[in-house]
Amino acid sequence: MHTDAPHSARKSGDWISGNGHSCRLEGLLNPSSYRFEILEKERLSETVVRMVIRAPLVAASARPGQFLLIRPLEHSERIPLTISHADRSEGAITIIFQEVGATTRELGALKQGQTVKDLVGPLGTPSDIRRFGTVACVGGGVGIAVMLPVARALRQAGNRVVGIIGARTKDLLILEREMSEASDELIVMTDDGSRGGKGLVTDALADLAGRERVDHCYAIGPLPMMHAVCRLTKEKAIPTTVSLDPVMVDGTGMCGGCRVTVGGEAKFTCVDGPEFDGHLVDWDTLRARKSIYRDEERLALEARSGKT
Amino acid sequence: MPEQDPQVRARNFDEVALGYSEDLAVEEATRCLACKNKPCVRGCPVNIDIPAFIQLVAERRFKEAAEVVAQANALAAICGRVCPQEEQCEKYCVMARVNGPVAIGRLERFVADWARENLPQNGDRPQPSPDAQKVAVVGAGPAGLTCAGDLAAKGYRVCVFEALHELGGVLRYGIPEFRLPRSILDAQIESIRRMGVEFYTNTVVGRTFTIQQLLESGFDAVFIGTGAGAPVFLNIPGEELNGVYAANEFLTRVNLMNAKDFPVEGTPLKRPRRCAVIGAGNTAMDAARTALRLGAEEVTIVYRRSREEMPARAEELHHAEEEGVKFQLLTNPVEFIGDENGWLQRMRCIRMELGEPDESGRRRPHPVPGSEFEMEVDTAIIAVGQTPNPLIRQTTEGLAVEKWGGIVVDEKTGATSIPGVFAGGDVATGAATVITAMGAGRRSAIAIDEYLKAKRGTS
Ligand SMILES: Cc1cc2nc3c(=O)[nH]c(=O)nc-3n(C[C@H](O)[C@H](O)[C@H](O)COP(=O)(O)OP(=O)(O)OC[C@H]3O[C@@H](n4cnc5c(N)ncnc54)[C@H](O)[C@@H]3O)c2cc1C
Ligand SMILES: Cc1cc2nc3c(=O)[nH]c(=O)nc-3n(C[C@H](O)[C@H](O)[C@H](O)COP(=O)(O)OP(=O)(O)OC[C@H]3O[C@@H](n4cnc5c(N)ncnc54)[C@H](O)[C@@H]3O)c2cc1C
Ligand code: SF4
Ligand code: SF4
Ligand code: FES
Repeated sequence: MHTDAPHSARKSGDWISGNGHSCRLEGLLNPSSYRFEILEKERLSETVVRMVIRAPLVAASARPGQFLLIRPLEHSERIPLTISHADRSEGAITIIFQEVGATTRELGALKQGQTVKDLVGPLGTPSDIRRFGTVACVGGGVGIAVMLPVARALRQAGNRVVGIIGARTKDLLILEREMSEASDELIVMTDDGSRGGKGLVTDALADLAGRERVDHCYAIGPLPMMHAVCRLTKEKAIPTTVSLDPVMVDGTGMCGGCRVTVGGEAKFTCVDGPEFDGHLVDWDTLRARKSIYRDEERLALEARSGKT
Repeated sequence: MPEQDPQVRARNFDEVALGYSEDLAVEEATRCLACKNKPCVRGCPVNIDIPAFIQLVAERRFKEAAEVVAQANALAAICGRVCPQEEQCEKYCVMARVNGPVAIGRLERFVADWARENLPQNGDRPQPSPDAQKVAVVGAGPAGLTCAGDLAAKGYRVCVFEALHELGGVLRYGIPEFRLPRSILDAQIESIRRMGVEFYTNTVVGRTFTIQQLLESGFDAVFIGTGAGAPVFLNIPGEELNGVYAANEFLTRVNLMNAKDFPVEGTPLKRPRRCAVIGAGNTAMDAARTALRLGAEEVTIVYRRSREEMPARAEELHHAEEEGVKFQLLTNPVEFIGDENGWLQRMRCIRMELGEPDESGRRRPHPVPGSEFEMEVDTAIIAVGQTPNPLIRQTTEGLAVEKWGGIVVDEKTGATSIPGVFAGGDVATGAATVITAMGAGRRSAIAIDEYLKAKRGTS
């Protein structure tokens, strides 16, 4: 593990730490609240980075399930990333992201002590945290980072949380310790069996549903994983929430670019979501919409790597 | 007014209208009769003393002319460029019936540009006094900017909170550079900053914090100028296809995120080849002309009524035509058709005919049975209207709103149902114009000043 900063001993029990729900703005409304300094940076795997960034106003009002839009550099795209922890006393938020393309790499190249150009949030509708009973929290790849705050909140609300996390191989598996702390039971799966069970998260979920009653399922990860989970849970009549990740621009409901079809209706992911009833999502449309800029994404990456 | 050649400009983002020279401005100004009853002023939402400034131009007293304009309009270089003058000041000009109205907007633009280029800029205003009352302005479009500037000039401490990372609202993300150069917009915003206004971008009010929190945290009044930014879709089959955009997304990618310079700039955009733009307002014209400039081979405006009903400014319509934008009038899309990968390929349309006038006074279009046909397109841009973003009304308890989502205000003051909270611009009127939004910002600044004086008096 390469680390830019010493791993601070952070209690991972509560999603929000610090001064509870006090939301007085006094003292926060000044230009320094808008200097988004990277306080900590840590690599969780070869391509997954965790960053703690100073953003006191965002930290003060963030709730589980919400995200922010970040623009690492002046010329960067605005990209959505989930807020995986909010520390109110430090005035800082944590993001965990995978370097997949130009923008996430630009962000990943920034160092502790540097600032990101723009950061706005919290955006989206917070998770509907209720007492369901037993909840299966299925996370795949970097989706585990998005799952983690939700799992913590669900557990705190009195649910029995069974975490099911998976990755292609051991080295790509992130946040196992944190997820295990957030769950009553954690099941780990890898495609090649290098850690935990061998197989897909859906195998583990089918297993779980076979041996005990599952009242609700959360599935967050790559689109094919969420789709597969939903096919399974639909069959077993387990209500399922998914977190969708189409391309976004403004994140406030202004552009309509993030629209997805849910239950036959167009919904804006940035304001109506990002969480939706997985059994109502039109997965084919989402798959197409997510691929809109595939050629351009490659160009952007080439342009960046040519320059540096 | 001199303009770039249509063939050339249709492929660049430089300003189309080049502006008057001093001599041309003086020549145009001498056409003004300096009417005693000033009919033209009636058509101007901010009541610029039009004959007074035009007379000064005719006398080559440009500095004084600029002062007269600036008294009434803090964003004159913008309004001179984008006001629908033919519906406003110039509509009432007595010369209209002789040989065309005096070109009031162009003269206004001339004096504002002249002042910016020839006069030293004002220095920074002194900081407001430490016990000055504080006003929060939500949204940095023309309504918010005007309200903020006016209140700062009155000595209040004013903080503007804007959701995006740049200021200007539609002036920044909607209206393209070839109509309103960025340098002009930047200079106008800078002049408001120098009045002492503090700007905070990256702040979504309703999410980052609420209006209630602002009131609880030491702000004595709030002005909401959040515009009408939510796109309206057609709700027809196939609208989810790749290649179908709301005009807002298309224009935001190009104007705010500089997608035309991709991949140097990070934000991508598919270059349109055969493009249909649905709607015929300013937004539609801007989208169509932007598509041309991005290299589209064919751009067609598809509109369900006829030319007479087109809501765009006359000048934009004329410019679009000159540049080669095609028009399919009395035509309405009924379905978008895509390929197996979800990409737009064709648009099925139906012909329309006009019947009786509807509540807007325009003749209501009806579909002609059996007249369906298809257009081959890879890009469709929907520009059929915008409504206020629901975020503020959803997160502000006690804020009265209209059925269509606009905030209910007292027309004279902009006062809302919450004491100390005012609103104006598109969020109260629905999509309108830059100058009406500015007028609303100005009226609310006056009302907020009175409200705060009374508040100070009683506390
Ligand atoms: C609400 C929301 C929350 C999110 N939270 C997180 C998070 O916490 N951590 C995180 O790592 N990512 C998260 N994402 C996804 C993240 O926004 C994208 O990975 C990012 O935008 C990619 O930008 P890029 O320029 O680096 O890559 P691009 O150049 O845009 O893409 C490069 C490659 O990645 C693939 N890709 C692009 N977007 C996605 C996507 N959304 N999901 C999977 N693959 C994609 C593309 O197909 C392409 O092959 C979230 C997305 C949304 C909408
Ligand atoms: C493409 C286009 C072309 C146009 N052309 C013309 C023209 O030629 N002439 C003309 O007169 N009019 C034109 N108009 C109309 C004109 O631009 C608008 O009427 C005017 O901008 C309205 O001003 P506003 O201040 O009310 O709102 P806006 O300009 O919409 O500004 C609102 C601002 O508030 C911000 N905001 C929204 N919600 C929040 C929130 N919750 N928290 C913080 N900030 C928020 C937005 O990001 C935005 O910056 C055009 C409109 C469009 C879309
Ligand atoms: S601000 Fe607009 S309406 Fe008023 S004089 Fe200028 S162009 Fe005419
Ligand atoms: S109405 Fe026309 S001619 Fe008369 S003062 Fe106004 S601009 Fe001049
Ligand atoms: S990102 Fe623009 S509407 Fe959701």
